[in-house]
Amino acid sequence: MDIIVCVKQVPETAEADLKITADGKTMESAGLVFDINEWDDYALEEAVQIKERLGGTVTAVTVGSEAADSTLRKCLARGADQGIRVTDPKIANSDGYAVAKVLHSAIKDLPFDIVFTGAQAGDDGYSIVGPALAEMLNVPHTTMVKKIQIDGSFAKVNRELEGGLEEVLEVKLPALLSIQTGINEPRYVSIMGIRKAMQKETKILTLSDLALNEKEVGESGSWIQVKRMYIPPVEKQAEFLNGSPEEVAAKIVEILKAQGLI
Amino acid sequence: MSQIFVLVEQRQGEIRDITFEMLTKGKDIAGKLGGKLTALLLGNNVKELAKPLTEYADEVLLIEEPWLEDFNSDTYQQVLSDLIHQFKPYLTLIGHTSYGVELAPRLAVSLKLPLATDCVDLRLENQQLTVTRQVFGGKVNVDAIFNKADGYIATVRQAAFPKEEAKVQGAIKEISTPPFEEGERKRFIEYRLPPPGGVDITASDILIGVGRGIKDESEVPAIEELAKVLRGVLACSRPIVDKGWLPNDRQVGSSGKTVKPKLYFALGISGAFQHILGMKESDLIIAVNKDPNAPIFSTADYGIVDDLFKIVPALKQKIGEMKA
Repeated sequence: MDIIVCVKQVPETAEADLKITADGKTMESAGLVFDINEWDDYALEEAVQIKERLGGTVTAVTVGSEAADSTLRKCLARGADQGIRVTDPKIANSDGYAVAKVLHSAIKDLPFDIVFTGAQAGDDGYSIVGPALAEMLNVPHTTMVKKIQIDGSFAKVNRELEGGLEEVLEVKLPALLSIQTGINEPRYVSIMGIRKAMQKETKILTLSDLALNEKEVGESGSWIQVKRMYIPPVEKQAEFLNGSPEEVAAKIVEILKAQGLI
Repeated sequence: MSQIFVLVEQRQGEIRDITFEMLTKGKDIAGKLGGKLTALLLGNNVKELAKPLTEYADEVLLIEEPWLEDFNSDTYQQVLSDLIHQFKPYLTLIGHTSYGVELAPRLAVSLKLPLATDCVDLRLENQQLTVTRQVFGGKVNVDAIFNKADGYIATVRQAAFPKEEAKVQGAIKEISTPPFEEGERKRFIEYRLPPPGGVDITASDILIGVGRGIKDESEVPAIEELAKVLRGVLACSRPIVDKGWLPNDRQVGSSGKTVKPKLYFALGISGAFQHILGMKESDLIIAVNKDPNAPIFSTADYGIVDDLFKIVPALKQKIGEMKA
């Protein structure tokens, strides 16, 4: 199995204090910690596990500046065989559609049985790249994948629906599968992995290498353009309980008592 | 070019709520454009489902084929492409659901029409279709406009709009569609229900929900103890199940259970909308989170900005003292 995994480096924002830039269109990146997108982390692990079972190669592809090399190196250290990074300042402000075009140009001539993407990105949350890329590659796809069994020239796949329900599909290979979190247990990077990664190749490509013109990427090559970014207005706010943990605990107990809950 | 399409989401003979939510928004935009609101119902033996939709849409286009029995994005894509070519709607709305995310991007690429996903609002601003999306886990909003095209597609977040009867008497039109030619690149096999779990969190009056604020599996028992003291049951958000720290019958949210306890105690849960969908109807919500900007605080009744591992022991002790 030759597998291509598309990964993205994103800021960790769950506990970060987010600031919007003066032009109101992007996020201040200073002070933020960047790492591999959580969904892509599971996608990479799935690719490496399939390679370990069935043999083959894993190629990790990303679109981003030099800073994204740390994410590619992480993929190599965890079992990818080679990395490709597409970089060009003109790609800035691309939405999922424009990024899918870039990825398509980067991988269309590579041999593959499966292309993996994450089901979504933790930053912009488009959930576009996987299915859009599948259409460009003219291969079948499915998203929100929670289980994969390779059976000859087919993949039998469980995909997540709502309310705990799943559906089982059969997808003909080559195919693109967008991975949902929880499908496996992503491994930690080992010292051995880091050493091996140093000998692995990372290719760097620009728009001209891909024969893409600048109008096809960035704002003009996207489906939508960001006009404003802002902290959501507070419609309803909790009543905050302040004080030491002991004081707060006493207040909680009073509330629960008043409601007859204890 | 002022017609609005809404793709009806149905599964196993049931219309899903997102359909009516999209019809509410669709009616609003159709009204401003002076256009027609059209619901697209695809399936096999689904005539019965068309009737209730006539109260919400100006017309219901009914497309019935044996190969539309179960959702398959390939068959849906072919039918929708055909209808969009034929009617050239201004806007097509699709749910940002498991079905919608499978279908919409691929459809948009093939039709060369722009798509905005996971929209929480859509409106016309200076005659320009503008959407609001949430990014960075709901901590930031984005207003975006579409690049100009002959028509637009948007996927709509669940529960972003209410279900509102339009009190119209829409007509039902049966439409035929060309046979499905793609061949079986992707085949639906079956639905799979989660294995019956030992704990039914929907039956509990008191739920203690834990989330990403827990950094290690070894920290779970301390929360379990608090649940015991409160005579409640331990529940969680998605990351805890993904990590395998709690079984998936404990998961609250759109991909887990919807709960309505008397008390929902959210510990270290940031409040991604998928989680909020599953617990917002709780009678009383108390949330503890280190981040004062966590979205959970706009759903909670009471909020505590602190380390949950300071609050949990203090609370356990306080309840212990009270009982003694």
